[in-house]
Amino acid sequence: MADVNPIAISILPLRLEAVSFAVNGVAIIDRVSLTIETGPRTIILGPNGAGKSVLMRLCHGLLAPTSGRLSWNVPERPGERRRQAMVFQRQMMLRRSALGNITYALKLAGVSATERKAQGWAALERVGLAPLAKRPARVLSGGEQQRLALARAWALKPEVLFLDEPTANLDPGATAEVERIIHAIHAAGTKIVMSTHNLGQARRVGDEVVFLYQGQLKEHAGVDQFFTTPASAEAEAFIKGELPWLYNDVDSSSPARRLR
Amino acid sequence: MAIQRRRFLLAGAALALIAAHPVDAADKYITVASTTSTEQSGLFGYLLPIFEKKTGIQVRVVAVGTGQALEIGRRGDADVVFVHDKVAEQKFVAEGYGVDRKEVMYNDFVVIGPKSDPAKIAESKDVLGALQKIKAAKAPFVSRADKSGTHAAELRYWKAAGIDIGKEKGPWYKETGSGMGPALNTASGLNCYILADRGTWLNFKNRGDLKILVEGDNRLFNQYGIMLVNPAKHPQVKQELGEAFINWVISPEGQKTIAAYKINGEPLFFPNYSPG
Amino acid sequence: MDVISEAFSQAIRLIGTLDDKLIEIVALSLRVSLSAVAIATVLGLPVGAGLAVAKFPGRQALVVMLNALMGLPPVVVGLLVYLLLSRSGPLGSFGILFTPEAMIMAQTVLILPIIAALTRQAVEDAWNEYREQLTSLGARGWTAALTLVWDIRFSLITAVLAGLGRAAAEVGAVIIVGGNIDGVTRVMTTTIALETSKGDLPLALSLGMILVTLVLLLNAAAQSLKQLAERRYG
Repeated sequence: MADVNPIAISILPLRLEAVSFAVNGVAIIDRVSLTIETGPRTIILGPNGAGKSVLMRLCHGLLAPTSGRLSWNVPERPGERRRQAMVFQRQMMLRRSALGNITYALKLAGVSATERKAQGWAALERVGLAPLAKRPARVLSGGEQQRLALARAWALKPEVLFLDEPTANLDPGATAEVERIIHAIHAAGTKIVMSTHNLGQARRVGDEVVFLYQGQLKEHAGVDQFFTTPASAEAEAFIKGELPWLYNDVDSSSPARRLR
Repeated sequence: MAIQRRRFLLAGAALALIAAHPVDAADKYITVASTTSTEQSGLFGYLLPIFEKKTGIQVRVVAVGTGQALEIGRRGDADVVFVHDKVAEQKFVAEGYGVDRKEVMYNDFVVIGPKSDPAKIAESKDVLGALQKIKAAKAPFVSRADKSGTHAAELRYWKAAGIDIGKEKGPWYKETGSGMGPALNTASGLNCYILADRGTWLNFKNRGDLKILVEGDNRLFNQYGIMLVNPAKHPQVKQELGEAFINWVISPEGQKTIAAYKINGEPLFFPNYSPG
Repeated sequence: MDVISEAFSQAIRLIGTLDDKLIEIVALSLRVSLSAVAIATVLGLPVGAGLAVAKFPGRQALVVMLNALMGLPPVVVGLLVYLLLSRSGPLGSFGILFTPEAMIMAQTVLILPIIAALTRQAVEDAWNEYREQLTSLGARGWTAALTLVWDIRFSLITAVLAGLGRAAAEVGAVIIVGGNIDGVTRVMTTTIALETSKGDLPLALSLGMILVTLVLLLNAAAQSLKQLAERRYG
């Protein structure tokens, strides 16, 4: 059962051509060329400070490249319903109920009032949050808020779902829940692009790996191939756990905020 | 959530209702620009209810300094002007802003000062002599300095006393630029001499160490005049209602009512309208 | 010291006997200031919220100017509105000078920048928090601004209270455009000014105490509303 409309032209593939993002002359993302296709779950992998979050935000349209080109198969026009969604490392829930946060997003997507409620409830059921539907979203635990964010993203039925280190702040139990939900979203037809620095998670969740180091694309390969025979020295060192923490790594969940 | 929004809308509607109060019910009213000293003497509180009861016309008094009252008249924001600066009033009429000035009543000014009376002006009926003594002693003196009728009178007295106060003033001469009440407050606080109208003084409660030191000089009489704002210049002036008020004030009944207003058994104003 | 204790007992007496004049003056004060706050909120909230999320050349200058206008001297506002409403002025034909409506207008002008500027600050802070999420969901421009305003609605109570405080406390604007006419445009602050100038300091002070108490009660009510909401919505 595919939730995503198979008849409409897909917005994928997403093409990055020598995309750079520099702040005050410092290149956070350095000439990355990459194609993101329909199908495989893509993991953006790299140590803290590699530029994963910035790359995700460039793809999702929250930042504009300072040079290079970034193009979707179907260009996005402002005012149109968005066909991609994003889940951030830290949640920004509105001061409404859990259900209210989902219906808000659905309203933005142009869903009718009665449909909004039905779809909202369904989304909450899928992630096991139905009992907390009327609770204020901001009093939920970290793991619950993350599940709520996923429910919201899922309800929007996006073609592409970006996830920026979604389990970095969660305990193993909550992490497992989140990964389970991501798997289900993918099964329903959404393309997954997720960043992480966690090797185990990359292996569990990903089909292909995009390895980033100091803003540069070092490798793009299938997950098995990447882990068994990494092509670059940095990738090898990272897998072995030998890559040093980088100088400019700060809060990897909001590099864009740092740059403001 | 929907319920919250409804509650907000209700609150908003309630607020809008407060704002949308019906326009004042009194259709028959006139605006009279007068002075703070007249208002604070309590005359209007006594006089106007009688007029209102008789004619059903509400009289709304905007009480400001004489200068401002005449300016309000010039701009057409009042129907009647009722102040006490003969020279300024005559100019007002000559310039075409007012019609038909009539003299209504007079009250008097008094020279007030500290009981200790450092300049020794007390028990004299001579206001000019008193001012000369004050200047000679450089005794602290408060001037309203606000283009009011009282201020204009004060300046006339200095001039008549042969003193060019603009040139000859010093730190002892304190110009407050304020109404009679605030100026009295200042004088009371600093123990200064001051020229005031009797009406405000009788009603004034913060006297401190001050008392009346000079009174009764003929020159201290303060003439009030009333004028209709010229309808030719400002067509929206309520000519009929304004004239009703003016005519009542100068009528024998109005004049008697003015004379009947007393504080502690003392009349404040002396009606002196004469048709001639 | 005597003045204060006399003022205190006079205040109790005025309230206890529900003095007619007092009721009249208090009712008018509330009507004028609450109306001004209502209108200024309806106008100022969208201005502040829009300015918070918009991006255009000169925005920073506008923000600075709006902040500066918070300090508009009431007497200057009164004078300007008087010149507007005077029969010799552009809006003279409406004939609302020396009426409560003129006072509402003057106070609205006075507190509009306060409500708009404080709203802008609060919404901008919220925008910084929510910007990525809202942009991701496709909320932009007015949609985003209104979402933020609704989200922080209880913090905005503080902005509204600031406006109310300013309006209830000022005398310079209402005395010029209202004329302090007995029974028509006399409010608490102008009465206090009048009684002070008549030298009746205990009465003036007692009215002052009543005014401050009133504003305190309004603030307390708003604060408890805010806390209630915070507990409910987190």
